[in-house]
Amino acid sequence: MEALIQAVGLTKNFGDIVAVDGIDFVVAEGESFGFLGPNGAGKTSTMKMIGATSPISGGSLSVLGLDPTEDGPTLRSRLGVVPQENNLDEELSVHDNLMMYGRYFDMSRAEIRDRIDELLEFVQLTEKRDAKIQALSGGMKRRVVIARGLIHDPDLFILDEPTTGLDPQARHVLWDRLYRLKQQGVTLIITTHYMDEAEQLCDRLVVMDKGRIVAEGSPSSLIDEYAPGEVVELRFPVGVLETLSGQIEDLAPRTELLADRALIYTQDAESTISAVTSNGLEPETVLARRSTLEDVFLRLTGRSLVE
Amino acid sequence: MATPLSLRVFEAEARVYRRTWRGSVVSSFLNPILYMFAMGVGLGTIVDANLPGGIDGVSYLTFLAPGILVATALNTGASEGAWKVMGGIVWAKTWHARLATPIGIEGLLVGHLFWSTFRVFMVSVIFAGVIAAFRVAPLFESLLAVGPAVLVGSAMVAATTAFTVRLKEMSGLPMFFRFVVLPMFLFSGAFFPISQLPNWLQPVALATPVYHGVELARAIVVGTSPAVAWWVSVLYLVGWIIGFGVLCVKPLRRKLTP
Repeated sequence: MEALIQAVGLTKNFGDIVAVDGIDFVVAEGESFGFLGPNGAGKTSTMKMIGATSPISGGSLSVLGLDPTEDGPTLRSRLGVVPQENNLDEELSVHDNLMMYGRYFDMSRAEIRDRIDELLEFVQLTEKRDAKIQALSGGMKRRVVIARGLIHDPDLFILDEPTTGLDPQARHVLWDRLYRLKQQGVTLIITTHYMDEAEQLCDRLVVMDKGRIVAEGSPSSLIDEYAPGEVVELRFPVGVLETLSGQIEDLAPRTELLADRALIYTQDAESTISAVTSNGLEPETVLARRSTLEDVFLRLTGRSLVE
Repeated sequence: MATPLSLRVFEAEARVYRRTWRGSVVSSFLNPILYMFAMGVGLGTIVDANLPGGIDGVSYLTFLAPGILVATALNTGASEGAWKVMGGIVWAKTWHARLATPIGIEGLLVGHLFWSTFRVFMVSVIFAGVIAAFRVAPLFESLLAVGPAVLVGSAMVAATTAFTVRLKEMSGLPMFFRFVVLPMFLFSGAFFPISQLPNWLQPVALATPVYHGVELARAIVVGTSPAVAWWVSVLYLVGWIIGFGVLCVKPLRRKLTP
């Protein structure tokens, strides 16, 4: 497979602040690639460099075989972008927003009209064609932005936190649509600080923290490598957890004490739970679950993703 | 890419304008009518009673009309350069969306200047029509005076945009209107000859774009001969448009594509 994006030592500085600190990654055609990390990890800066709306400060970057610094306009004409903020024209209709955007790509009106019908059907907003943006729900606006990003049939689709701030139902609708795109073979680049989103949508991802890539792999391989097995979560009344740290750490080779609960990493949740009771611990609640990317991130950085 | 992308920006602005054009056109008519009544019937009668020879040999209203035409273009230009830009980069962020397309900073800026100048043109043409309807000046001369008005409006779009893109907080804009735009409106020869100003203030008035536009418009409508050669005034106004236009590029690039 051909590499659509290749970054070597990619760096972004804002004055003295290093936002992206020399990262390397390759994205192949047809792949769905994720950048996972907390706010401030450098994900958006990386997206903007890929999208040729922010010049790179160091290293090298090639997108669709083009140099974002030299070939900005040509590159942007082949990229679809869903920015973190919707930046639609709230006072115009869905149709007018899409028409206006298509015109920026020098498409003919007739061509755009056909495309709008197609895309509104795809994002399930056909009946909202003439509604003003300000009358739409957050999830609908997000779907309009997705339709807008696809108006010119881009070769690469970049989404910066596509579902942040949406309710669970709206998120699932979006995931479903993005999953269909992925099945159609569209190359997706997604940033997110939601584990479930990354697990749902990404074939492969990099975990970013403080401008660096701290791990890379498929969601399942990252879990197998950094947080295998199962997790037992124990909740204790306020103030009790600190006094029990010694006892909890004895339960398994790896444990994490968070502000409100303790996580115990184990191969066998059942025996761990019985060990909890036989050791005389009396947690308020006990929850056994599979490990997730959240646990991977915690393991890698010592911090949780959404603070 | 057959069409210059700045035309796409112009087209987008026209699409946005289509939503509010009725209200905008109505106020473009009302504004000059209110001025003609207040200044002509109200203030003008008093001035004319005290100056039997008129100002520059014409009634106060005829003296005033080309001045207000140009001063209104100044206000229109300043508004377009302020609120539209704030909306594009801070409020609705629609300018950010445009930059994710092939349109670059220059195309965005030229399209904005072009559209805003067109808005000034629309407002000025309506104003000239009202002046002619009030029989303050013949239609042909009134329409010719739209030329200098558009130059002044365009100069002000560029200058205000250059100011707005440098703002850290939007609270700077009301100050700009109070201490830059309003004094230009009042003291640049639109309402009275700048020879009425104290000597030290006259060079300041002379440096404003409004003064040059008013002199040109008055020469066309009233037939006065301006103190500054007409081509110097025209060059000066074009200089403002280009100069301030260029000054927009760097801060805009810093703001939108950091």
